[in-house]
Amino acid sequence: MSDTAVRVRELRKKYGDVTAVDGISLDIARGEVFALLGPNGAGKTTTVEIMEGHRRRDGGEVSVLGEDPGRAGRAWRSKLGIVLQSATDAAEFTVRETVHHFASYFPRPRDPDSVIELVGLSGKADARIRALSGGQRRRVDVALGVVGNPELLFLDEPTTGFDPEARRQFWSLISLLSDEGTTIVLTTHYLDEAETLADRVGVIAQGRVVAIGEPATLAGRAEAEATVSWSTPDGERRVKTMTPTRVVADLIAQFDGEIPELTVRRPTLEDTYLGLIGEQP
Amino acid sequence: MTTTLPMQPTDIRPAETVRLPSAGRLALKRGALELKGFFRTKGQFIVIFSLPAIMLMLLGAMSGSRVGLPGVTGAQILTAGMIGAGIMGTSFQNLGINIALERHDGTLKRLYGMPMPRTAYFGGKIIQVLVCMIAEVILLITVGVLMFGIHLPTTLEQWFTFTWVLILGGISCTFLGIAAGSLPKSTRGANAVITLPFLIVQFCSGVYIPFSDVPWFLQIFASIFPLKWMTQGMRSVFLPEQAVVLEPTGAWELPMVAVALGIWCVVGLLLCLRTFRWTARDS
Repeated sequence: MSDTAVRVRELRKKYGDVTAVDGISLDIARGEVFALLGPNGAGKTTTVEIMEGHRRRDGGEVSVLGEDPGRAGRAWRSKLGIVLQSATDAAEFTVRETVHHFASYFPRPRDPDSVIELVGLSGKADARIRALSGGQRRRVDVALGVVGNPELLFLDEPTTGFDPEARRQFWSLISLLSDEGTTIVLTTHYLDEAETLADRVGVIAQGRVVAIGEPATLAGRAEAEATVSWSTPDGERRVKTMTPTRVVADLIAQFDGEIPELTVRRPTLEDTYLGLIGEQP
Repeated sequence: MTTTLPMQPTDIRPAETVRLPSAGRLALKRGALELKGFFRTKGQFIVIFSLPAIMLMLLGAMSGSRVGLPGVTGAQILTAGMIGAGIMGTSFQNLGINIALERHDGTLKRLYGMPMPRTAYFGGKIIQVLVCMIAEVILLITVGVLMFGIHLPTTLEQWFTFTWVLILGGISCTFLGIAAGSLPKSTRGANAVITLPFLIVQFCSGVYIPFSDVPWFLQIFASIFPLKWMTQGMRSVFLPEQAVVLEPTGAWELPMVAVALGIWCVVGLLLCLRTFRWTARDS
């Protein structure tokens, strides 16, 4: 068993004249949580759907759990969990019926009722899916993604429509699955989500990988200039510096005691991200 | 100094033999789920399942016995026609709308990503169609017998004809329904794209009015489609023998019925194989 769950080389995909994916290469290790970030239309969903076997590629190599998604069979699919971006299916069935039904497709499923509890839908288990709110409906999708006990879980914008509390619950669920050794690939618009969950992030823009790495050090974030700010009788002062500690030491010498409203700020993941996709923070 | 290492759980899993559930078992599970879904979706249940029986009751009560042939009523002709239409409704119309909805609401996409053999999906559809079709035919025959004095077939030969017309008609319309499910571009369009042509073919095929009353060019148009042949076969089963003179050719033409439906089975299968897509087109 190789240590690489997903290996992509020079992946290309066109829709008519529009190039959606323009030579993406990346590796995702087993057990890793990997987040794909990028603006709408950057090629995130296309990339993930090619990995899932939902779309054909025009060029490049893709290996997922050691197999080519374009050719792999049922045994391969039984090791994957897929949470699609938008589904409104199974409207007339209850949560319990649906989760039990799809569990029966897998050779070693998780207990369906435990999965319903895990995603926080125990109270709605006998409600028709049609009657659920958008966020609850999304949790059904997540339940169907994990009920097969997958080695590799794909989540395409899983928390869209979640309230902040539901998002926190979802994050702890992902951490739990990750602790159990599940490899997780997610796309998201939320940078706090990527920063909290992901071991590594890949930023895609216009069909290309523009940066890849750990959230804390992405694109030289850790070494980038920090901003030190404090207030003076004349108003706020800001200094951009590579040596914030020295600036603060100077300030301590200058002020006797507390430095008013002192902050030292490193660039956030959002600043780094916006810089990468070509928009100034 | 010796240290005793604490015993670690080895966490070695037994050799992995992935045993996937069999296609047959999953087809049964899908069939049961599909049936539950069909009877819970009120739109489908009312339009596809109940409407033929309601139409039969209403039109049958209005048609009286204006045919002018002893022992043959318009309601009997209508019953035979509605049985044909009921078979096509529970297969062609049912699947055409149902698969179009499944393509647009993400059902097909979800199933494609699941470890489910393709045969289980189609097996489930066939189970759903078969159960609905048989229930529909029983319902229509019951209405015909109780309200309009049609007679159940008495000879083995008639039962044999009934069975093969049902099977060949059902199979051809099932294939055509699966193929037609690729046509609607949206969920809302599904009903119009599937139901309107079906309604036109019903009128031309002598479902609502006796086939001999249909203008000749529409008779020829109707002969292209399977429904005309299905109603003709059903008339040969449920109408008295003397009613054969009402057929435009003066004969039941059962061999021709078998050939026409047989051809549609093959054409339908080819159309299915050419048109069916699990995922939205890459465009």
